[in-house]
Amino acid sequence: MSFDTLISILDSTVRLGTPLLLACLAGLFSERSGVFDIGLEGKMLVAAFLSAAVAYMTGSAWLGLLAGIAGSMAFSLIHGLASITFRGNQLISGVAINMLASGLTVLVGQNWFHLGGGTPALTGAGRFQDIELPFAAALKGVPVLGPIYDQLISGHSILVYAAFLAVPGTWWVLYKTRFGLRLRAVGENPAAVDTAGVSVVGLRYGAICIAGILCGVAGSYLSTSLAASFGREMTAGRGFIALAALIFAKWRPWYALGATMLFGFLAALSNRYQTIDLGFLVIPNQFMDALPYILTVVILAGFVGKAIPPRAGGEPYVKER
Amino acid sequence: MDRLPKWADATLVPLISILIAFVISGLVILAIGEDPINAMQIMIDGGLGSTYGWGYTLYYATNFIFTGLSVAIAFHAGLFNIGGDGQAQLGGLGVTLVCLMVPWPNWWLALIFASLAGAAFGAAWAAIPAWLQAKRGSHIVITTIMFNFIASALLNYLLVNVLRPIGTMDPASANFPKTVAIPHLGDMLRGMGIPFAKGTPANITLLIGLLACLLIWALIWHTRFGFALRAFGKSEPAARYAGIRPVRITMYAMLISGALAGLMSINNVMGESGRLVLNSSEGAGFIGIAVALMGRSHPLGVLLAAILFGFLYQGGAELSMDTSIPPQLIWVIQALVILFTGALDNMVRMPVEAVFRKFGKRRT
Repeated sequence: MSFDTLISILDSTVRLGTPLLLACLAGLFSERSGVFDIGLEGKMLVAAFLSAAVAYMTGSAWLGLLAGIAGSMAFSLIHGLASITFRGNQLISGVAINMLASGLTVLVGQNWFHLGGGTPALTGAGRFQDIELPFAAALKGVPVLGPIYDQLISGHSILVYAAFLAVPGTWWVLYKTRFGLRLRAVGENPAAVDTAGVSVVGLRYGAICIAGILCGVAGSYLSTSLAASFGREMTAGRGFIALAALIFAKWRPWYALGATMLFGFLAALSNRYQTIDLGFLVIPNQFMDALPYILTVVILAGFVGKAIPPRAGGEPYVKER
Repeated sequence: MDRLPKWADATLVPLISILIAFVISGLVILAIGEDPINAMQIMIDGGLGSTYGWGYTLYYATNFIFTGLSVAIAFHAGLFNIGGDGQAQLGGLGVTLVCLMVPWPNWWLALIFASLAGAAFGAAWAAIPAWLQAKRGSHIVITTIMFNFIASALLNYLLVNVLRPIGTMDPASANFPKTVAIPHLGDMLRGMGIPFAKGTPANITLLIGLLACLLIWALIWHTRFGFALRAFGKSEPAARYAGIRPVRITMYAMLISGALAGLMSINNVMGESGRLVLNSSEGAGFIGIAVALMGRSHPLGVLLAAILFGFLYQGGAELSMDTSIPPQLIWVIQALVILFTGALDNMVRMPVEAVFRKFGKRRT
């Protein structure tokens, strides 16, 4: 593998890892507050659709982004209503949200654009353009570091940089703010938080709203930056890979960056090569597609570094009377 | 808080839930500029108005009986098996191997062994998540989701690289020999002198599905194992104290659940397509969740809910031919049913309970 190939694979790792990273951080906020969220996929899908649709109609990717966030938030609130207010089963609610998203996006998409559930191609300001960082062109000639700076670090859309900044942001919110302390506490022991006079319901709604925003950005990135239109079922299981990455990362922000980039790397490899020939072994690309899930099952099984979820995860909080 | 009478819990609450789901779906149809009453009419005509429609409705219903029972028995043990889809696809692999590798002399011998293989493959695919849940405490919901994706990658690999006959481009297995074609319901009824439309996919698997409902009902409510299963599902510490072994119950419940999901594939793979195709289960594993929730995890409820969803699928397909409404409308209805009967159950239940409390007081 030449240096140029490696750079180009790493470049597509960043592109493919970004939506996973955003969705993973969304899941992190939600699950750290004790609300399981298997509806990441559905929220991303709705956001991807609304972003592309609004960006096409208005010609502005930014308005598309806002619409995507709004759609994702609406689905987050349905999830909150079911799992926080009415203390229903969070997993069932997540399943319903995924189905609702894949049904509604096609139904509405077909009605608006008559393109089999997709949107027309976005052009110009309807997409987030790649940003050229300063001196990228000038430094291009420098050996090794030049191509790394020019191709790998520079030349991504603003959403990619936002996603990478969201990692220290999440870390800071979670570990350095009062909100973060309470958020982590409510995921472990909501009764203690309630006793301290802090609203469990309020904190959890706060967490799922943040998750809604992050999923919205992730979906918007898919249709207005990575691709140039919305296609039916375009999330293609990314929400579940993000969920897998969240477990892989043991619900921690910096680990989430590592896990999502690892899974992004696997996706990049599988996109580039039909099979990987190691000489003694030929790996089909279907195996690369399945690898994130297999790795997650191994981690869940606890054979290599046990992943322990937030203790109150999945349990609706019933106030004692 | 007063409990609801049993009949209200079993019928009134699900009926109100589904009514809400239908009203919202109607509003969605209205929002995209179609007439919901007209849509309902087309769906009823297409799904139930002719023996042709019934032939499809019952075919879909057969799929959902199996996946619904699969989810239901796991629910009784307090387990949520989202992996029905992967298990059904693996079951399809088992059925395909049996049908293609052995030169069967007749269909019923093939059916018996194909059923066993389908059930065994489905059960085996459920066994790993079950074992991980029972022994290692890995959350079964997450592992079964992961196993769905692993199953589709595996099937994709096998169909493209192993099972695909030489010279074809389609990622699908070879066609099964004619000898293993199982009788279709229409042919059986016409044989008895009852007129029924030709060329509909409902087949003898429906009878196996009805039998499965009966057997699962007997298993859950009339055996020691069923008692242990329900006790474990209600309260694990209490069951443990009573000497019920959690590992064993979890394993058995999931093996039966996986086997039922795998059995579905005799209907779609052997009965309908006659070969294994990509994504053969077509999401039936997820519809099983809606069916089990609506049927309150009771085999009779599952049967009725499966027929309702079979009708929705067939009606929805007809609807997409006659109007501009795509068949994905069914996903919306299904999602709303899951939302209201599963996740928002308390929202529907609380007002009903309030009405019953008020009514009860007035009487005393």
